Parts: sequence; structure tokens; C-alpha cells
Amino acid sequence: MTAKPTLPNLFFGFMKVGCMAFGGAQAVARRVMVEERHWLSERDYAELLALAHVLPGPNVGNFAVMFGRREYGLAGAATCVAGFFGLPLCLLVGLVSLYGYVGQYAQVNAAMHGVAAAAAGLVLGTALRMGTRLKPPPEAIGLALAVLLASTVFKVPLLLIVAVGAPVGVFAALRRARARTAAPAPPPDRRTPPTDALKRPGDA
Amino acid sequence: MPLWLDMFLLFASLSLVAVGGANVLAPEMHRQLVDIRHLMDEATFSQLLALAQAAPGPNILSGSIMGYWIGGVPGLLGATLGLLGPTALLAWLIAGLTKRLAHAPWLRPAQAGLVPLALGLVGASGLVMAQAAASFPLAPVITGLATLYVWLAPLNPLWALLAGGLLGLVLL
Repeated sequence: MTAKPTLPNLFFGFMKVGCMAFGGAQAVARRVMVEERHWLSERDYAELLALAHVLPGPNVGNFAVMFGRREYGLAGAATCVAGFFGLPLCLLVGLVSLYGYVGQYAQVNAAMHGVAAAAAGLVLGTALRMGTRLKPPPEAIGLALAVLLASTVFKVPLLLIVAVGAPVGVFAALRRARARTAAPAPPPDRRTPPTDALKRPGDA
Repeated sequence: MPLWLDMFLLFASLSLVAVGGANVLAPEMHRQLVDIRHLMDEATFSQLLALAQAAPGPNILSGSIMGYWIGGVPGLLGATLGLLGPTALLAWLIAGLTKRLAHAPWLRPAQAGLVPLALGLVGASGLVMAQAAASFPLAPVITGLATLYVWLAPLNPLWALLAGGLLGLVLL
């Protein structure tokens, strides 16, 4: 039940994501693309975002390039990137020029502190929402928690987390997929909904 | 070396090792701009970073406005192209690769295997943001309520930001 966006759709969709991204774009990106406009399924979104995460650079920026290319090639990638970064960049340059001035108002700072606290909740809530909707198998939940702890509690450098976590995750998913292929016949087309390696064999 | 090129090379080298995006970029940017090259002082760096994080827009743009602060429009353009160009090229090439391999039976399971990693990293960046935002006693409560709201309610997440801003105004 996904709908293919047109180029202007992509531009304005990513512009919305960019302009509503407070403290990170992931929460809004998922909301706009999966729940509002149905450009991708929850699973497609999660897989493309995961790839964007293991690459260096801005996560949703990488996502914009890859999703844009998938839909309309170079024109699509350029449209998504321009939509995503253009307006916020202009806005920020304007704000820097004004900052000395706005920053003096205590009310602006107070509101911004509240926004920052809520923005953290947006990101946490998005992770939980994706997690509960995707219903990952136990070993995937374990890996996600291990990554979370490694990053926050043990302060492991991100490069190392990706270097270890990515092969572990891929290995576990491939093993699960193979175990499933061995039992019942797998769905033929990769676009058919239940081709997901993350789902337990029983709940499809 | 012209300033824009200098900025381009500096930010390209920062961005190309920033696996995990803007959150990883900030400490390294601080080391380069403040500690090593003395292009700005500590206070300016924190103010610009806080501004970029508070303003709407992707956080990676904090690098762009640092470039703007250092070198005006040429600095802005050099920094932005450096931050976005090389990593976008890489993402482009990887997207092409996954397209070419689309029919390989292992691609989709392999890609799905990265999802737990992304979930863990999104969660971790949320916790880091929560910690940074805990500048007043009720901040964790706001964070917790916003988390529950986004997790459980299929409504626009921006209402939570608006509520957070209003609570900040009332409480602080």
C-alpha cells in the first residue's frame, strides 16, 4: 500500500522533514514518509535508514540520496537533498546573523530548553515505535540493546560499534533467513510483503 | 589555499569519518576548530552548536554555520559542500550497488540485519539528547512524556515539541 511520489512531492516532502527537524530529522522523516504519505512501508524505511546509518555523514541526508536515486535517479537524489537542506540552511544563516540579539531574551532560551527535552523524547519514541511495529526476533532486540549500551554506557566509538555490529546483525539475519528457507517455501518476489528476515517464522 | 577550499577539505575529512551523523561530528569539529586551529573560541563554538541544534533543520548544518562564522559566504559554501558532497557521493554509489544486487537472495536479509543496529543507534542518540537537555529538574519528565506520546499515539510528533516549548516558558 505504498504510493510513488512525484518529483515535486519529493521536494516538498523532504522540505517538510528538514524544516520540522528539531534535534535530528529521524522522527519527522519516518512520520512524513511512512505514516503520512505512505512512500515506503515500515520495513522498507527501516532497512534504507539502517543502510544510511552505517554510512558516514548525515543519516537522513544519506537516506535522501538513496531514496531519491531509487525513485528518480540523479534528478530524484538532487531533488531530495535540495528539499531537505535548502530552507533550513537559509534559515540558520539568517539566525546566526540575528543571534546576538535573539539570544538575549530569556524567554527564547526557556522555550528552547523545553523544546530540547521534548525533542529527545521524539527520538526515543521513534526508536520504540519502529521497534514495536517491526516486531524483531529476540536476537535482533538483543543486538539493538547491546548497541544502545555500548554507545551510551560504555562510550564505545561509533566506528567500532558499526564495524562489529553490522557483520553480527547481517550474519544473524542471514542465518534466520536460511533456517526459514529450509522449512517452508519462501515467497518468490522480494517486493511481496512478508519477505522479511526480521519476522518470526510463526507470525507470518 | 583559498578559504573555501580549506573549509571544503576540513569538513569533508570530518564528515567522511562521521559514522552516525551529526552527533559524532560535534566533538571532532570542536577538536579541529577550537583546540587545533583556533578558528573560534570555546564560547562561540558552544553558542553556534546550540543554535544549530535548537533551530529547525538537520544538525549537520551546525558545521555549515561554523564555516559561515569563520569565512562568510565562501566559508559557508565550502563547509556545506564538504559536509554533504563526499558522503552523498558514497551514498549514491551504495544505492546503485543495492539496485544492481536487488535480485540477489541474500541482499534483503542482509539489509534487514542492519536494522537492529539502526534502532540501537537511534535510541542511543535519543538518550544522549535527553542527557544534554536535562538542564532543569522537570526536563526528564518532559522527555518521558514526549517519548510515550510518539511511541503510542499515531499523531503528529510536533505537538510534543510545541508542548515542550510552552512548558519551558512556564517553568523556567
